[in-house]
Amino acid sequence: MITRKRLKGVFSRLLMSLLLKKQSVKIGIYGPPNAGKTTLANRIVHTFVDEDEDVGTSTEVPHETRRVIRREGVNIDLTANLLQNPVSNPKTKRSKAKLKLDVIDTPGLATKIDFRDFMAYGLEEEEAKRRAKEATEGVIEAIKWLDDIDGVLLLMDSTEDPYTQTNVVIIGNMEARGMPIIIAANKVDLPDSTPQRIKTAFPQHRVVPISALKGDNIDQLFEAMAKAFR
Amino acid sequence: MRLISKGKMESMGSMEKLRFVLDGVKSGNIVVLEGGLTSEEQMKLIELTMIEVSEDFPGIEISGYPSKRGFFNTRRKTRLTVIGPANTIKTIEKSKDLISTLISSN
Repeated sequence: MITRKRLKGVFSRLLMSLLLKKQSVKIGIYGPPNAGKTTLANRIVHTFVDEDEDVGTSTEVPHETRRVIRREGVNIDLTANLLQNPVSNPKTKRSKAKLKLDVIDTPGLATKIDFRDFMAYGLEEEEAKRRAKEATEGVIEAIKWLDDIDGVLLLMDSTEDPYTQTNVVIIGNMEARGMPIIIAANKVDLPDSTPQRIKTAFPQHRVVPISALKGDNIDQLFEAMAKAFR
Repeated sequence: MRLISKGKMESMGSMEKLRFVLDGVKSGNIVVLEGGLTSEEQMKLIELTMIEVSEDFPGIEISGYPSKRGFFNTRRKTRLTVIGPANTIKTIEKSKDLISTLISSN
């Protein structure tokens, strides 16, 4: 039954791409809390839409994003981007890839949310409880959105152990649906970053080491997105 | 700790299975499923857990191995899954063939 569901997903997308030219694809940015999802969403919008437009706010407190945020109509045009930044990445010099997408920034997926953890960041008890309640709703919303997206950009913190069950579950779900997935190994600007660990843990998927904050390798990620999500 | 046989899990429907697991975990048990859960079932379990998170029940810790694909990628075979209450399990570690947990008695 699972295989039938997977085949149905693959064939319906193939059919849709042959019969209809999609206006835009919905790409969900998923990952654990504090992996840098909102920072990446902001980076995408800053690069291709408006340098001053933020999708959301990122802080060191986990579960800062507690509602799914959708930024529609982002045109990833690597030709135009290269004209503006000709020396940003030599590997993408000949790229002419284009993609129109809706960026879906999702709350961090977690299996536990304890209000006491927020109090460690200086939040008052009532505020911590409110945040915890909103965070649980955010996780449910992020899971529900999996039914409505066309591909996943799975963000992992390359300074942390990648083999967490939430990462495994997201990948397993996407594979079962036959959906494209790119793994971005984020925070490579930090000294204890080991993106190779992520590549070793998930060898069946494309892993792009990046720093969403500093912009390291970000052109390679855009290139991979334009190819995988077309 | 509850060790649940593959046969017991196969006798239940998907939702019944998840309810059974979550009720066991909420009662303070570590639940070990011989036959494991699919990634879709695990995602549903996370969703169900989030609905039930409270001050006394902050959620679950879960660990397991990805499904193995069968002949011609046709059938997936789920493998061992361990689930426990997040306020009891201090750490849960997984290696190639071994899952180990450190449990707090507080």
